[in-house]
Amino acid sequence: MLRRRKGSAAKKSQNSEPQLDENKEKNNNQLQEKSNLNAANLKGNVNCNSKSNSDEKLRKKWNCVDNCCWFVGCICSMWWFLLFLYNAMPASFPQYVTEAITGPMPDPPGVKLAKEGLTAKHPVVFVPGIVTGGLELWEGHSCAEGLFRKRLWGGSFGEIYKRPLCWVEHMSLDNETGLDPPGIKIRPVSGLVAADYFAPGYFVWAVLIANLARIGYEEKNMYMAAYDWRISFQNTEVRDQTLSRIKSNIELMVATSGGKKVVVVPHSMGVLYFLHFMKWVEAPTPMGGGGGSNWCADHIKAVMNIGGPFLGVPKIVSGLFSAEAKDIAVARAIAPGVLDMDVFGFQTLQHAMRMTRSWDSTMSMIPKGGDTVWGGLDWSPEEGHECNAKKPRNNIMQTAGPNGTVNSASATLVKYGRMLAFGKDVADLHSSEIERVDFRGVIKGNNLANTTCRDVWTEYQDMGIGSVKAVADYKVYTASSILDLLHFVAPKMMKRGDAHFSHGIADDLDDKKYEHYKYWSNALETKLPMAPDMEMFSMYGVGIPTERAYVYKFSPAAECYIPFKIDTAADGGDDGPCLKGGVYSVDGDETVPVLSAGFMCAKGWRGKTRFNPSGMRTYIREYNHASPATLLEGRGTQSVKALNLFDSILDDELRAALDLDDMPLIHVV
Amino acid sequence: MAYILRFRKLFFLEPVNYSSSDQPKTDEKKSNETPNVESENQGAVSQVLEGNPKRKKQNKQPKEWRRMDSCCWIIGYMCTTWWLLLFLFHCLPGNLPGLKVPEPPGSRLKREGLTALHPIVLVPGIVTGGLELWEGKPCYDGLFRRRLWGGSFTEIFKRPTCWLEHLSLDNETGLDPPGIRIRAVPGLVAADYFAPGYFVWAILIENLARIGYEGKNMYMAAYDWRLSFQNTEIRDQTLSRLKSKIELMYVTNGNKKVVVVPHSMGVIYFLHFLKWVESPPPIGGGGGLGWCAKHIKAIMNIGPAFLGVPKAVSNILSAESKDVAFMRAMAPGLLDSEFLGFQTLEHVMRVSRTWDSIISLIPKGGETIWGNLDWSPEEGHVCDSAKKKYNNGKNENNSEGGTSFRVQELTKYGRIISFGKASSDLPSSHLPVLGSEEFVHGDSSPNSYSSCGNVWTEYNEMSQESIQKIAENKAYTVRTLLHLLHFIAPKMMKRAETHFSHGIADDLDDPKYNHYKYWSNPLETKLPDAPDMEIYCLYGVGIPTERSYVYKLSPPGRCKTIPLQIDSSAEGSDNGCLKGGVYFADGDESVPVLSAGFMCAKGWKGKTRFNPSGIATYIREYEHKPPASLLEGRGLESGAHVDIMGNVALIEDILRVAAGVSGAELGGDRIHSDIKKMSEKINIRL
Repeated sequence: MLRRRKGSAAKKSQNSEPQLDENKEKNNNQLQEKSNLNAANLKGNVNCNSKSNSDEKLRKKWNCVDNCCWFVGCICSMWWFLLFLYNAMPASFPQYVTEAITGPMPDPPGVKLAKEGLTAKHPVVFVPGIVTGGLELWEGHSCAEGLFRKRLWGGSFGEIYKRPLCWVEHMSLDNETGLDPPGIKIRPVSGLVAADYFAPGYFVWAVLIANLARIGYEEKNMYMAAYDWRISFQNTEVRDQTLSRIKSNIELMVATSGGKKVVVVPHSMGVLYFLHFMKWVEAPTPMGGGGGSNWCADHIKAVMNIGGPFLGVPKIVSGLFSAEAKDIAVARAIAPGVLDMDVFGFQTLQHAMRMTRSWDSTMSMIPKGGDTVWGGLDWSPEEGHECNAKKPRNNIMQTAGPNGTVNSASATLVKYGRMLAFGKDVADLHSSEIERVDFRGVIKGNNLANTTCRDVWTEYQDMGIGSVKAVADYKVYTASSILDLLHFVAPKMMKRGDAHFSHGIADDLDDKKYEHYKYWSNALETKLPMAPDMEMFSMYGVGIPTERAYVYKFSPAAECYIPFKIDTAADGGDDGPCLKGGVYSVDGDETVPVLSAGFMCAKGWRGKTRFNPSGMRTYIREYNHASPATLLEGRGTQSVKALNLFDSILDDELRAALDLDDMPLIHVV
Repeated sequence: MAYILRFRKLFFLEPVNYSSSDQPKTDEKKSNETPNVESENQGAVSQVLEGNPKRKKQNKQPKEWRRMDSCCWIIGYMCTTWWLLLFLFHCLPGNLPGLKVPEPPGSRLKREGLTALHPIVLVPGIVTGGLELWEGKPCYDGLFRRRLWGGSFTEIFKRPTCWLEHLSLDNETGLDPPGIRIRAVPGLVAADYFAPGYFVWAILIENLARIGYEGKNMYMAAYDWRLSFQNTEIRDQTLSRLKSKIELMYVTNGNKKVVVVPHSMGVIYFLHFLKWVESPPPIGGGGGLGWCAKHIKAIMNIGPAFLGVPKAVSNILSAESKDVAFMRAMAPGLLDSEFLGFQTLEHVMRVSRTWDSIISLIPKGGETIWGNLDWSPEEGHVCDSAKKKYNNGKNENNSEGGTSFRVQELTKYGRIISFGKASSDLPSSHLPVLGSEEFVHGDSSPNSYSSCGNVWTEYNEMSQESIQKIAENKAYTVRTLLHLLHFIAPKMMKRAETHFSHGIADDLDDPKYNHYKYWSNPLETKLPDAPDMEIYCLYGVGIPTERSYVYKLSPPGRCKTIPLQIDSSAEGSDNGCLKGGVYFADGDESVPVLSAGFMCAKGWKGKTRFNPSGIATYIREYEHKPPASLLEGRGLESGAHVDIMGNVALIEDILRVAAGVSGAELGGDRIHSDIKKMSEKINIRL
């Protein structure tokens, strides 16, 4: 554009030079006219013709269309030109630019270690978490025609925008069985492509894979254990034989790499999934994989859990309760508006809730261990956590001595144990002062007679006003009463959930009932396999405020809405910096609180315990969050948000894969 | 497309703001000019386009601008129209009545009640599988795990020499060159589409899915098709992987045996697997005898290249088989284009000669199968009526019989390479008898070609005299051809000899046949002991297929380092089988009927020494019918080597077998070609 303007200016001057004075005058006139016209243009930009000549008019109109076309053409050719340049550019060009600006980049860990002479030794198995794995369509209703084997989840998500209702219909599971609805088959994408990038440019495993490749890994000794993360763990085996597939692949890799055991790298929910796998594989058929009691000892060298929600994630509670966990794992990061948008008309949240409630896997992440782990009405393991000083805190750790007075504004301890509280005041009161009315006995009223809500079905509509009120009257919920709450609020979902997951603590691990698969993914109700040489790592980020407890309120009593809502007005102010927008936060990696990620390795499995009868070693590696220094760094190599963690963990990861046993134990909570 | 569009939109957002502030100015400027010009030069509407005639001299620059403008205008116009059309197209309901496609066989069979029963293993052929980069030279930085082969092939055009370097293998070992790791793309995506829109397995997969197949009971046995078969196991453990996958699918699908569907070279790859899996480790898979009987229900070979492909010969000799598999169909100009400078063919030859797998496709069975100087099993094949013949098949006995049968001199297909058209017709007594053993490497004069850059083909090491001598020998049969190849490309053949063999076994119980190099040759191995297994030969017929070649010495150019080339001026023998230096026989465009059908028609038929347990064999031929209209794309009844994967009848057969039907229930043999007659002529001990 600039060029053109310049050109026309030059043109004018050239025009005028050799011409006579007459012309110069004209030029002056022109200038005057120009200013006039400028004003005119501002008013009626298009109708720029001042003369009444009809020919003129015609041409003028044409001119305006012409301008449009000209402009589009300009843009297009420019775009093509740039595209051409971009394509002609060597693929390593961006790196050159980055290096030119920020100075030479440090070698990626893979290159660094390759220079140290490390090469691939142990095969690696990746277990992706919830949400990050791609799902593709194998059979669908007529609205999804032409999408055969196209990704419905992961990738560009174009289909959400094009056919939102169709998309929701296909992504939902059957409400009774937790399996495919009739006529629809959605299956996980297999192979490394399943979860290397969640969406174009948003890496999940890609960086780790690339670095492993630099030290010699390739397809034959890397395996992505992709599974359908929507269905319960045992159902992945029932429907897709995913667990058998993982078992067979691990066996194959061990055999083809000359007896080297595998290193497993699960992430997020994959951690629970792999816990389940380890029990499954040693359990006798038909419920288990029949691998025999030494299978894990024979095939697994180490399990390197990344951001593992061993004991569940508080976020999931709000997700199930009111569909408000906007950022279950990465959904928020990748498409901040997707869940809030009005694509479904005004019922986005209801649709989202209906869909997520049909996914059994979400229930695997409801906080486990009850009040013992997550705290009661007046106590919680995190109490005393300083929120406003959090970011500096970790850095100050070493220098805290001389500094002395750590900001102790929040003398009153936050009662994290109350995971759900109705009203901010209730969240702070001492337990004896709260009047609670038990909700459990309340008979669910006839439903609200709302046929206006179209076909969006959330179980809230079956509850009736009385029981909704009763829920609010109970005021405060701890981790254990939350389970009762969910049973009350979403009976169908929890019925499915109860068949597949359990959230308690075992009294006697030798009890026969613990052979049932529903206990296998709960770290507190299973024993680790008998594999004294195996190593358990717990690697997670710290230093980011993480949701821990919520302040709720009644939402305005419109019929079709979800009756509860996070009270975003509840703010702690200076006194309670931990409370922001109705959410109490603690230390963690943005999704998983430290408690959940670290407890098992810090205590539950430390040494020879009843949960860890063979005394396999556990290690905790925490990674302090540091925001990316410049935009060019992308998501940052030091960032530890749930997903970005991959990057910073790389180094350890590679070393472990290479059988370096010298992992120092740096920092134990 | 949508991707580009989105990007364009992204890009578009910014300039739109920009323009909103800018647009008035351009408008204003134009409107400024207009009155000005108008006052001088009234009524000239055309002046906007033509420029002002009065000021022609001074107006040079504005005029140029106008030209630019109209350029931009045209582009803009086209873009807008394009978007509009695209938008309309997307708004279009998916199933317009006018564009009604015939119901896919999968849906039809599903209504009949067929459901997935046996797990399916797909084995792709040469060339069709994707290859991706895992480690490369600096020129391919940033392309980690991108496809270098398959997909859009953009990398060829961007950095041709770099691309060639990466796709070549080591000339000595036949494995990766140092510092480069190219690996096969795994999973169904490996070969569903070869390039965007060019399906290979996609249609078959889709139809399988319609009767209930999905990822858990369908497996694409992708392998690096450049390597020799045993090397895929040594380097990537591909065979072990295949074995483990088959075992897994067998168990998880309720102990249902698998149905294997190999295509093209995949057929001999799977033959190799059959022997490998039952052989003891370390060279075998240690599955034990009976593994195949336990795990495999049927092998449905599509377009099988059991006995090799004559095309591979011309490819090795002069890199001229433009359509190894279907490269030609894919990118007709790719190999001929000049983007590598003037040495395209040389480059291609150098690269493809490092690929061991091509050697597996050299015709096998020697003169017994492929014919000698005077005889060939196909003799009597009439080319110009090839298409009509089948249709007339039934009334041939009637009076119409002899119309097109001008039975005269028979084409001597046995002479797979002959120098000059004349020598391809002469009776053998007139040919100079020259044992190929007489070839002597002239003192490889570090010849004048040294100025031709660094393209190295083994021809450079041969002297002019020895090349002359090759041509003097006039005619080669399959047997002497092997000597010729040994002479021309000693390094390649040396690698090949350790991995492949092309003869016929005298005594199959000889312990030497335990070596893996014999495993992919059906004439030197026994089929596994699995009497319940079924072997199908499914292939297209009715397309002229390259069978033998007329060669000539290429005119001595300074840098023409390939001294031989097909004599494309040799045209028209009496029966129309010679075109452009190539004698055609019946086949599917790549594989002659002889190679595809012989084993099922005779070699393995009943209990033979190659098939000791008497595995049932079935031949299903599909007559080629070109697509009726453009809408049909590549045709629903095509018989061409790759397009046959979209053939409705073939898909139906595979689906039925996968759903549990046996070969006899399917209808047994269905033969259109002369394969029975041909195999009768072949004199082989069974």
